[in-house]
Amino acid sequence: MPKESSRREFLKRSAKGAAVGGATAVTVPTAVAENSPATLKTANTTKTNSICPYCAVGCSVVVHTIGDKSRNVKPAIVHIEGDPDSPINRGTLCSKGASLEEFVQSDRRLTTVQHRAAGSREWKRMSWAEAVPKMARFIKDSRDKGFEAEDPQGRTVNRLKNIAMIGGCTDTNEINYLLSKFRFGLGMVAYENQSRL
Amino acid sequence: MTNGWTDVANADVVLVMGGNPAENHPVGFRFVMEAKRLRKAKIVCIDPRFTRTAAVSDLYVPIRSGTDIAFLGGLIHYAVSNNKYQRKYVELNTNASFLIAEGFGFSEGHFSGWKDGKYDKATWQYELDGQGYAKVDPTLEHPRCVFQLMKTHYSRYTPEVVANICGCTAEEFVKAAEMITIAAAADKSGTVLYALGWTHHSFAVQLIHAAAMVQLLMGNIGMPGGGVNAQRGHANIQGSTDMGAWNTLPGYLKIPRANHENLADYLKANTPKALRPNSLNYLGNTPKFMTSLLKAYYGPHATKANDFGYDWLPKVEEGADHSWGTFFDQMHAGKMDGLISFGMNPVANGPNTPKMIRALSKLKWLIVAENFETETAAFWRAKELADKEYPQSLKADDIQTEVFLLPAACFAEKDGAFVNSSRWLQWKEAAVDPPGDARRDQDIISDLFHAVQDLYAKEGGARPEPLMNMQWNYAMPKRPLLGEVAREVNGVDLETGKQLNGFGELKADGSTACGNWVYSGSWTEAGNQMSRRGQGDPTGLGLYPQWAWSWPANRRILYNRASTDSAGKPWDETRAPLRWNGKRWTGDTPDYKADAPPETMAPFIMLPEGVARLFAPDLVEGPFPEHYEPAESPVDNSLHPTVNANPLLRTYNSDMDHFGTAKDFPFVAITYRLTEHFHYWTKHTSSSSELQSNFFVEIPEELAKEKGIANKTLVRVSSARGKIEGPALVTKRLRTLKVSGKKIYQIGLPIHWGFVGKVHGPLINNLTPSAYDPNCGTPEYKGFLVNVEKIG
Amino acid sequence: MIVAKLIDTTLCIGCKACEVACQEWNDQEYTMGTFDGSYQTKPELEANFWNLIKFNEFEKDGATSWLMSKYQCMHCADAGCLAACPAPGAIVPLANGTIDFVHENCIGCGYCITGCPFDVPRLNATTKKAYKCTLCSDRTAVGLEPACIKTCPTNCLNFGERDELLHLAETRAGELKADGFADAGVYNPQGVGGTNVLYVLKHASEPEKYGLPKDPVIPWTVSLWKGPMKWMGTLMFWGTVFGAFFHFVIYGPQDPEKHGHPEDPSDKS
Repeated sequence: MPKESSRREFLKRSAKGAAVGGATAVTVPTAVAENSPATLKTANTTKTNSICPYCAVGCSVVVHTIGDKSRNVKPAIVHIEGDPDSPINRGTLCSKGASLEEFVQSDRRLTTVQHRAAGSREWKRMSWAEAVPKMARFIKDSRDKGFEAEDPQGRTVNRLKNIAMIGGCTDTNEINYLLSKFRFGLGMVAYENQSRL
Repeated sequence: MTNGWTDVANADVVLVMGGNPAENHPVGFRFVMEAKRLRKAKIVCIDPRFTRTAAVSDLYVPIRSGTDIAFLGGLIHYAVSNNKYQRKYVELNTNASFLIAEGFGFSEGHFSGWKDGKYDKATWQYELDGQGYAKVDPTLEHPRCVFQLMKTHYSRYTPEVVANICGCTAEEFVKAAEMITIAAAADKSGTVLYALGWTHHSFAVQLIHAAAMVQLLMGNIGMPGGGVNAQRGHANIQGSTDMGAWNTLPGYLKIPRANHENLADYLKANTPKALRPNSLNYLGNTPKFMTSLLKAYYGPHATKANDFGYDWLPKVEEGADHSWGTFFDQMHAGKMDGLISFGMNPVANGPNTPKMIRALSKLKWLIVAENFETETAAFWRAKELADKEYPQSLKADDIQTEVFLLPAACFAEKDGAFVNSSRWLQWKEAAVDPPGDARRDQDIISDLFHAVQDLYAKEGGARPEPLMNMQWNYAMPKRPLLGEVAREVNGVDLETGKQLNGFGELKADGSTACGNWVYSGSWTEAGNQMSRRGQGDPTGLGLYPQWAWSWPANRRILYNRASTDSAGKPWDETRAPLRWNGKRWTGDTPDYKADAPPETMAPFIMLPEGVARLFAPDLVEGPFPEHYEPAESPVDNSLHPTVNANPLLRTYNSDMDHFGTAKDFPFVAITYRLTEHFHYWTKHTSSSSELQSNFFVEIPEELAKEKGIANKTLVRVSSARGKIEGPALVTKRLRTLKVSGKKIYQIGLPIHWGFVGKVHGPLINNLTPSAYDPNCGTPEYKGFLVNVEKIG
Repeated sequence: MIVAKLIDTTLCIGCKACEVACQEWNDQEYTMGTFDGSYQTKPELEANFWNLIKFNEFEKDGATSWLMSKYQCMHCADAGCLAACPAPGAIVPLANGTIDFVHENCIGCGYCITGCPFDVPRLNATTKKAYKCTLCSDRTAVGLEPACIKTCPTNCLNFGERDELLHLAETRAGELKADGFADAGVYNPQGVGGTNVLYVLKHASEPEKYGLPKDPVIPWTVSLWKGPMKWMGTLMFWGTVFGAFFHFVIYGPQDPEKHGHPEDPSDKS
């Protein structure tokens, strides 16, 4: 059944109930309902401008959240719709863009750090406090092992070939820039993103 | 895109080839439909499959996957031999008049200079005069000028030859050519929309070069409704390209090589010199861009005395390659320790899935920051979850890779800018917090950076300077605000502390810092230009200069100087992005010196030639595109049977790299996206999964009849790499083609499924080969060989 | 004002954005399907899937065509569902022409399904109520377009005053004819008194190719049923009028002070 909330169903019913009055006599032309007074699910939401994360058309979207962002209120997404101001999409979206609410709130979203030990058959939950030092240790040890300060001809090369990093196309320019700093800080040469594929 | 989405509405002809925008960029496609509805534009769709784009096109021509260069070469021949090209434009804006060295030629599948499996490019060079400028013949008559060489090269590409290679009829080709060359008229524009249907070949770069040649001949580059327009497939794939890959630094500056031992060497090798006296050669400013980047990276540690920290950048061996295919091959060979992945899923999206899974199992450690548990994070579960498809996978017990799966924030939980296909940098705001323990990627990367730095501070280790001197000096170093990062990317005057207005203000003396010169101007003293929401459109061409910000310099149409003749008069008065008012260029940001009168310099200021390249000597397998067959092909190359595939095709030799022949795998396979899904993400969401819950195999009606396959029959598709199973979708939309007298069937394989998600299905890359383009290292996901068997 | 949707099938690219926008706005539950050998999301409409793009592939004179068009409640002027419905207040025609279902009054008899010549309403097995497109009456009431219309990227879907859209539809059909599509036309079937969902078709003489019925009429069984209902309904109507008259004669005019302001919405329950 439609998972319409009781609130919404109630609002719809109360709005329409009035309309029904004389509608039993279906052939009486005057006995039709006026448009129902509105209570939209987006009526009292906070609107935030964002950009669709899927393809590179770059459609603007409006994210409707409940709550006013005050201290004890955790905003939750009610609905995401196209932004009519954008000269690109003028409020429209494709099927993927129209489903963004489902994407953000998918029950498959990861909410904890998961760790899989060598040879293990399962994920185990881990805290960030434990994971960050462990990862840093791996990165440092691999770098110490693989770093080439000079090449066989004695030229300074400062490069690292045994760690690769990939990604970025799903994320903002600023994060890509930070990734570039991280990469060059380590000296990594194997660095790629989706544009190669 | 040289132009942009909104500009497509200005086209008179839309050539959709190597892409399927109705399905993969539906909202971008609205401008195609607008051109069709309001301008009566013609839509020509050339595609192996009759797609949803084909369904609304004025002309659809089927071709065999991987034969696009033959088709485009045919267009070049058709245009030149029928005088259907814009002669004046070609004279002014291309290197058609440039003379090429003695001895240049093409025979038996190779360009001149082929020896021992390599090209010596000596004969591919411009003939220079005493001052180092290229010699030209403005009449285009000299037998060694580019125009004549081009004419000769493509004289082989007659409609009949094209039809015989592509599998369409000669009549269909000519019909398409007639429609496309409408745009040769000075007052007509044609656009080219392409995507991965062109880049997923082992001759991808040449293919796009061929398209650029067609567009130059039509006089469409720089024109509204024109251009060569890549429809990019991820929200910020453009931005992440702009920020560098293995071979580039931010802003397309080249990665230093080991022989560039100091900054001067590097700049000497990477700063182009003007090839004509009237060429502005803007990239002559490369020293300013590079020095400013080093200042942004290393801050006060970068001084003139230490070459601005140039030493700390990694130097790649001369001739070495570290692209995707290469480092996964090295990983597979056990030569790598670790992989860090931010939102990428190589098990799903790399070619040859069995090799990908095996490569990851040889790592010591793997870090994956993601929204969902992906196939990459769960690669060690392949045996458990999908043994049938990946029988080569090891059992979890035998995989020693330690995996960290980090919950990352999604788009709505972070601010920052995405760059769309139009090169528009659009800023977004965060609407909600990440769920549970999930963190923003900037926080994850900052934590890792500082944790590793702290270890070096405490313990020392291999050459710490590059890491210790890298600047991360944000107000909250572990929780940087992206606005602060964006301001650093834009660039700042280190003496005044003021944000720069654009890359024109960059200096090579270390007094400016800029994280990416092409983005300079995106966050000025006037604030964040990327979040602008202005609706104005002064030219009426849909350029919207006050909406967001476009790189470079808020220019909406690249090469727009070519939209006018030499005197500055627009080719088409109704479609003029630029006008010379006697003092300045008005309209779009000019791709020209803003106050330089029309005839002061050549129109393509970003190129050392000052004009566009019909002849491109910098490409590795030839200065002109030539038709080569895909790595696996059902037929011999009918142009030169002894040189079948790209002579410089890149493959790898691991025990998991196999290639098949038409004897065992007689059908041509194509992989692609459907409109219902986005890549490998939406199988994690309910609504998209509802639209198409199931994998299927598209099979031509005639082949289905031959094999007794009905709609929904279970079939097995196999290649030299692996096999998959799924129900058949039997369709008229995949036409049987006739190639060199042989019947060719093409099999359609949508991507999108995998072994984790709300819906499951095989990973298509189980079938694809590790065959790569030698220019750019892009894999050949389209036009490989498979067999199809009925099992249900 | 009667409102309408115009579906210009020549501009439909089968992107299914309208399907998802409908699902999302109406908070429908998603169901994973089994492969049925087609690009179509579902073989037909479902109780929790009110907007379906139909895909039809065929060959004519050697040329392949792939027609796509949106299918949903047609909001008929002479609505078969309404005629067939025995439950008071379960199906309501709104003033703007929308045929709306009021689920609290629905008795789940399924007569509306029989009555609909377009095979649109669907019974939900769990709630035992009939469901279909509401034309997003909650959105239209506050001046928003229905969700499907708003999201459509290609201008295939339009929403507005019916007369204007009919004019636009005829103009588009005329343009298509001028472009050489002699059979182009508008689908606005008169067997149901015209519909508030209009189509522009390239092959107007063969609407079946788009999955649309050629000459939809309310089934004769329903027409028969509608006869006695009409008579009964008329009786009830006059009964109400006479009742009100006698009420007035006996008790006099209503006192607004005593009975609340007539425009007070709290009075309308």
